[in-house]
Amino acid sequence: MAEWEVVIGMEVHVQPSTRSKMFCGCAVAPLNSPPNTYVCEICEGMPGVLPVINKAAVEACLKAALALECEIPTHTKFDRKNYMYPDLPKGYQISQYDLPMSRNGRLDLEGRRVRIRRVHLEEDTGKLIHAGDKLHKAWESFVDLNRAGVPLMEIVSEPDLRSADEAREYAMELRTLLRTIGASEADMEKGQLRAEPNISIRRPGSEELGVKTELKNINSFRALHRAIAYEVNRQAELLESGGTVVQETRGWSETEQRTFSQRSKEFAEDYRYFPEPDLPPLELDREWIEKLRAALPELPRARRARMVAEYALTPSDAAQLAAERELADLFESAVIGGADAKQAANWIIGEVAPGGARPSADQLAEVVKLATSGKITRDQAREVLAESIRSNRAPHQIVAERGYEQVSDAAALEPIAREVIAANPKAAADYRSGKTGAIGPLIADFKKRAPQADRKVAMELLQKLLA
Amino acid sequence: MDPTKLTIGELGRLLQDRELSAQELLVMHLDRIEDADGEVKAYLRLTEELAGEQARAADRALKDGEAGPLTGIPMAVKDVLCVRGVETTAGSQILRGFKAPYTGTAVRRLFEAGVVMLGVTNCDEFAMGSSTENSGYFTTHNPWGLDRVPGGSSGGSAAAVAAGEAVFSLGTDTGGSIRQPAALCGVIGMKPTYGRVSRYGLIAFASSLDQIGPFTRSVEDCALVLETMAGHDPLDATSANRANDVRRSLTSGVDGMRLGVPKEYFDVEGMEPGVKVAVNNALRVLESAGAKLVDVSLPHTDYGLAAYYIIAPAECSSNLARFDGVKYGMSDQDAQNITDAYSHTRRNGFGTEVRRRVMLGTYALSSGYYDAYYVKAQKVRTLIKRDFDEAFTQCDAIVSATSPTVAFPIGSKTQDPLSMYLCDVLTLGGNLAGLPGVSIPCGMSEGLPVGLQVLAPQWREDTALRVAHAYEGGSDMRVEVALLG
Repeated sequence: MAEWEVVIGMEVHVQPSTRSKMFCGCAVAPLNSPPNTYVCEICEGMPGVLPVINKAAVEACLKAALALECEIPTHTKFDRKNYMYPDLPKGYQISQYDLPMSRNGRLDLEGRRVRIRRVHLEEDTGKLIHAGDKLHKAWESFVDLNRAGVPLMEIVSEPDLRSADEAREYAMELRTLLRTIGASEADMEKGQLRAEPNISIRRPGSEELGVKTELKNINSFRALHRAIAYEVNRQAELLESGGTVVQETRGWSETEQRTFSQRSKEFAEDYRYFPEPDLPPLELDREWIEKLRAALPELPRARRARMVAEYALTPSDAAQLAAERELADLFESAVIGGADAKQAANWIIGEVAPGGARPSADQLAEVVKLATSGKITRDQAREVLAESIRSNRAPHQIVAERGYEQVSDAAALEPIAREVIAANPKAAADYRSGKTGAIGPLIADFKKRAPQADRKVAMELLQKLLA
Repeated sequence: MDPTKLTIGELGRLLQDRELSAQELLVMHLDRIEDADGEVKAYLRLTEELAGEQARAADRALKDGEAGPLTGIPMAVKDVLCVRGVETTAGSQILRGFKAPYTGTAVRRLFEAGVVMLGVTNCDEFAMGSSTENSGYFTTHNPWGLDRVPGGSSGGSAAAVAAGEAVFSLGTDTGGSIRQPAALCGVIGMKPTYGRVSRYGLIAFASSLDQIGPFTRSVEDCALVLETMAGHDPLDATSANRANDVRRSLTSGVDGMRLGVPKEYFDVEGMEPGVKVAVNNALRVLESAGAKLVDVSLPHTDYGLAAYYIIAPAECSSNLARFDGVKYGMSDQDAQNITDAYSHTRRNGFGTEVRRRVMLGTYALSSGYYDAYYVKAQKVRTLIKRDFDEAFTQCDAIVSATSPTVAFPIGSKTQDPLSMYLCDVLTLGGNLAGLPGVSIPCGMSEGLPVGLQVLAPQWREDTALRVAHAYEGGSDMRVEVALLG
């Protein structure tokens, strides 16, 4: 494989966070809604209906474009992309062709700058449900238009990615960025972020691009990585055995873990794009754009770098925190609240991120302080955190209520140490005879009798009495 | 006086004075339709149940003193305007049986003003044609000569008003489809400025050209109906948010106005001498009312037809893609695959002219031809707009014939699409430039009505109506109802 260079460009469709659809007042359907329950005459493509632009979708798209450092033109418009398919109720998709909402941006990964060709806005299609396998073999097909007309931003990169790893990193970074700026929830499993890599391979040093294939049906970052790896392998084997790559769209089969041919692109479809006459061109107000730009939060890459510099976090911890703006905000607020940075990061990464519920910064700061100072044990701290989230109370209240305050006064604990030794004569004897491992069961018994005992103090007491 | 021959204004007074009830007026119209429509064939279908409900509501409003000038007035609606629960087919077999699930904005506003909808009128399929001969159902006959066409595409709506089968009606105008049948049937018809009336609910033919407008028996009525429909609609992004001032200067007269006479509109190919005489007489009437006639030029007129027949088919090829047999209307159930289902449905559902224009438009938008056809046509459109802008620096309104000919015999142009396209040569410039235009009867030629067209600058419906009103008064013109038989 070393003799091939992999070239990948990404087309990513992202559903912006909007309440309503792109061109009508219908609410965006929650996942798994019954078919055709979030539809109206407009998104059903009834005769005589007209589209009206959803401003929230335009705003989300502009925010994404600004965060990707794109140029925003003063003048943009929508176009019709004409093709007939049963999931496309109007027989055309309203999209953007030659005057997209933005162009020429970039997204920096570790060690790779990916140029963004354009970010534009369009509408989603409906969904076909086949009784059978594929449309041409099905004996019956059904159309669900809940998704029809849902806004989509299409983010198109230049072919700047060079491996499956980079492609996955790109998609993940995009997700983080979009979540950070509040443009989309970008959940791949929910179909809010759909990545379609264009893949070709060539000999290293070659300036020409090889014949590319486009992959679809990818539903997770893992699948993205695997699909690209599979496809690169397939192309290499094909070329090495004297074959040629056919330009086509290929689907990823999750069950079979392979790509399969879906649609040949040898005869490029003619979409007969022309300006959408039902929508006047959009003049993008400079003041509005600048307002949106100024309101962008600190972007993930900058924030990661700052967190490493400011809090001495490892790049990996910083990345995990900055992956979600909420987590990073929680971290910084907890630190301001007096929590140790490294400890706060550990708590968030280890305890908060995997769980569903989120504590307030005050709650987390207090728990981290209690645990770090040794006032309560780590296990207790975990319970206190969970309880304070659940009942929305201050951690110290819960500690007091449960009597969790750790005892580290040696004088107070000495009688217990004597009890433990008396109750475990064999272990005590073993220890005295040099088997230091025998301290284990003694400590365990100690903690059973006095859960509040500071483990370190208990250990020292036992060692002293057994010496 | 027979109420089926009166204007909205006259009937409004009778209704307000309780000399006539809305329900009585409805019955008189249904009777007239029964007598006349067997010959005229203006209506595709009647909406008697809806009309009954609306007439009863109108009578309640009249009784309670809550009536407006349109309360209880019977109206006919072209078969391209969606009305909830009413079969709306755009004159096409492909939509046979389709009941619209909603009411479009213009019709809804008229309903809210208390009108009574009599029924749905015939038109050329998807408004493509100038004679109603392209209707997927039947041809409408001109009340002034039953062997003649009523014009089109809104021929049914024009004929209904001309035959006393409706007090007023609605049409749509993409290249002349209101003004030309108004001229041929001897009634008043107006196409507003593009964006004046919401297109929501209008089954689109060519989105950048289509406008809804009224057919009436007086200029006053025309202004009233237009004013009621007009105004910004949040459901139509191309509808304008501006003052509803269409009747601002209705009765101001033309004294001192400059009326442009474009030579290109008088030397047009196929202009009948009788039409020219009638129009010239009309210009004399306006002159004697104080208007000054000035020669203007619209030098790109010759290219208008070609540009129009690229742009309109291009838009229609896209607009008509939704009629695919999947969601509503005709649907081929025997096809073995989706491609066959599409092509069988569309081949059987669309008529010849519609298929011709869908193919023309598809071709014009195809990659490799797009620049040579569509882009070029848009440039010509810009030049035509500039012609009008330039002309309007020299005059307040432009006057000409509406149609170069009077109503022609049924069947005389069906074999030659190009001769049919030439019917709109004096009207389609107004659509390309988005201008308001009104056609008003100005005499007869060969026993058939002739129409005078008044075009005004964008948003100056008031000017067009003011000239028409001055002509109406100055000539003592009254829109007659054809007696038939």
